[in-house]
Amino acid sequence: MSIPAISPDVSVAQTQLIESDFAVPDIRCAGCIRKLENGLTLNPDIAVARVNFTAKRVRISHLPDAKTPDLIGAFNLLGFEAHTINSTPMDQAANDSRNLLKAMAIAGFAMMNIMLLSVSIWSGAGGVTRDMFHWLSALIALPTIAYSGQPFFRSAWRALSHRRTNMDVPITIGVLLATALSLYETMTSGPHAYFDGAVMLLFFLLTGRWLDSVMRDRARDGVTSLLQNMGTGALVRDENGQFEWLESHHLKLGMVMLVAAGERLAADGLVIKGRSQFDLSLLTGESASQSVNVGTYVHGGTLNLGSPVEVRITAAGAQTVLADIARLMGEAGQHKSRYVRVADKAARLYAPAVHSLALLSFTGWMLAGAGWHYSILIAVAVLIITCPCALGLAVPAAQIVVAGALMRAGILVKDGSALERVAEVDLALFDKTGTLTLGRPEPENLEQLRDSAKPVLLALAQASRHPLSEAIRRYLQAAGVKPATLSHIKETPGFGLQADYGGKKVSLERPEQADQRLGIATAFQTEDMPPFIVRFSDHLRPDALDTIDQLRSEGIPSQILSGDRAAAVAPIAMKLGIFAQTSLLPTEKLDAIARKTRLGHKVLMLGDGLNDGPALAAGHASMAPGSASDAGKNVADFIYLGDSLQPVATTIRAARRTRTIVKQNFALAIGYNIVAVPLAILGYVTPLIAALAMSGSSIIVVANAMRLRGAAK
Amino acid sequence: MNGLLILIPVALGLGITGLAAFFWAMKRGQFDDMDGAALRILIDDEGEDDVI
Repeated sequence: MSIPAISPDVSVAQTQLIESDFAVPDIRCAGCIRKLENGLTLNPDIAVARVNFTAKRVRISHLPDAKTPDLIGAFNLLGFEAHTINSTPMDQAANDSRNLLKAMAIAGFAMMNIMLLSVSIWSGAGGVTRDMFHWLSALIALPTIAYSGQPFFRSAWRALSHRRTNMDVPITIGVLLATALSLYETMTSGPHAYFDGAVMLLFFLLTGRWLDSVMRDRARDGVTSLLQNMGTGALVRDENGQFEWLESHHLKLGMVMLVAAGERLAADGLVIKGRSQFDLSLLTGESASQSVNVGTYVHGGTLNLGSPVEVRITAAGAQTVLADIARLMGEAGQHKSRYVRVADKAARLYAPAVHSLALLSFTGWMLAGAGWHYSILIAVAVLIITCPCALGLAVPAAQIVVAGALMRAGILVKDGSALERVAEVDLALFDKTGTLTLGRPEPENLEQLRDSAKPVLLALAQASRHPLSEAIRRYLQAAGVKPATLSHIKETPGFGLQADYGGKKVSLERPEQADQRLGIATAFQTEDMPPFIVRFSDHLRPDALDTIDQLRSEGIPSQILSGDRAAAVAPIAMKLGIFAQTSLLPTEKLDAIARKTRLGHKVLMLGDGLNDGPALAAGHASMAPGSASDAGKNVADFIYLGDSLQPVATTIRAARRTRTIVKQNFALAIGYNIVAVPLAILGYVTPLIAALAMSGSSIIVVANAMRLRGAAK
Repeated sequence: MNGLLILIPVALGLGITGLAAFFWAMKRGQFDDMDGAALRILIDDEGEDDVI
């Protein structure tokens, strides 16, 4: 920085600042908030940092020419991992919730004030006072209905103009008719006005809508903070031989990118310098890593495990294998938009029934000679009483309670329809690598190492961020080993680590003879001892067998759809006792799902890789582990955190309990109608009874939904 | 009846004040970070420079 004496806030104040959002999943305490907010502003490019703890995000105002990797570097300097967030679609969704909340607040305010006036009418206010109170109610209710009713009016209009009907059609007709009639009653000094009922209806329904939208927001925030956004750019060599960071959409054919160890490729290309091992598991599902040399083709999305390599880009953007997969995913996901949610299914039966009932009572009273006015009054009472207030709450209330319970158990639910769909599945298809297995190398034979050597190995492994070193560190730390003190630690990229331990040289490096039979391995060496070869393999997730058993007892058989070779899949399929299909390409996975669907199965797809993306989109419901590729996480209906597979069974059980509760709620709402509708038809329903019945049934439905709080145990 | 002429505007006025306050708070982002607000109280404003 050129002017270090002046505080950064002053130096950046003159220029136009831009704001960026970063997801920082590791914000856990007040200390983190302080550390980030104070520490980030020490960076000369950053003026202000503000932590949003709920969403685990940081918004920073920075100089327009600050580069994204530098900003992420500022986070890393403070010990936090950060990734960029693409903020446009999210703001749209947040706006939806906000507008619903505004509409709900206004409806709530109006409801309370109209109720205040209505209570005095019910308790006997008459004559001029009643008329004045009705006029006041109309004054509050009309603007409220015009504003808060919009979400329903718009949705009802959309449905009607497509010649369909949904829950919003009876709501809209009910509210509009009740308002019109009440206005007429008010003008003619009539005894009954339904302003309170109409506004209360809107308030309860908006509560349901808002809950639904909050649930989706929360899941979306959770997912964004999980997205790694890796492989979205690369270090590219320019004419002067300098390396510069370019976003992936700026990458062009013929550019040379430098891919460091632990980095994902942003484009397809040809290796022109260096030798390394590449992890293809996210792209193809293959668990064994591939050695690459000068002249090997490598694909975007694969992970460099070994030493840095230089890659000349042969395909970028829309031509890459990644883009093909994204296209397949888009096509496969289309069927989900055709899924009709339970509430709308109910509305298809409910709306015609209600409307014909109202019409029948109108004609009935007309035939009985009651006159226009009275008959319309009865018909409106029927509409108000049957308006699906409890029905509108029945589904979202249950779903948000269970989504909250699942979230506490580490399972993110994308939306309510996902819960409905997963309750219906009758066949589970698992990907192998990364889904049934952990998808990362775990040391196999470390327990054979001398106890005296373990602290030294841990200290060495801690010094590097290489995936194999991290695996060793995780294993030894879990075993309770304390690191030894080393000096002169030196990391040679692509070769290994050396250090001094009490005057002796120790090292952790690539085995001298790369033995194919060993798979991935690394050698740990002390000066006076023969090298100890640490072998790595991919392990089955804990609880995998148990989970498969639990699914079976729920009536859901499991199968494996893997992109890996049969030899690698067979031991796992045997261990779990399930059928497996192997060496499948992404399109073949799609075909396999389509075949099962044609046989009448509702498929639950579980996968993590890019190659599973289309299959995840095609499944009737889908789940992905938190370690999945961004594509997988974006398209899956559920994301579960942690290493265990247990959440799969938990989710299905919780979703099925939710379905039961939703059915009970429907039964309660319909039962209440069976009692109330005859009263309305016979003309006994006054606004007071309508208000009591409406709030009563809503409270019962919400209370019933609260029983799901413990559903994720 | 005369009492009503005062009391009803008062009741409505109080309600509207509450509604306005809610809208103001929402616009200013007071509800954006509900969990963070609970933690920020633990952060000392003074002595920010000691440990970072």
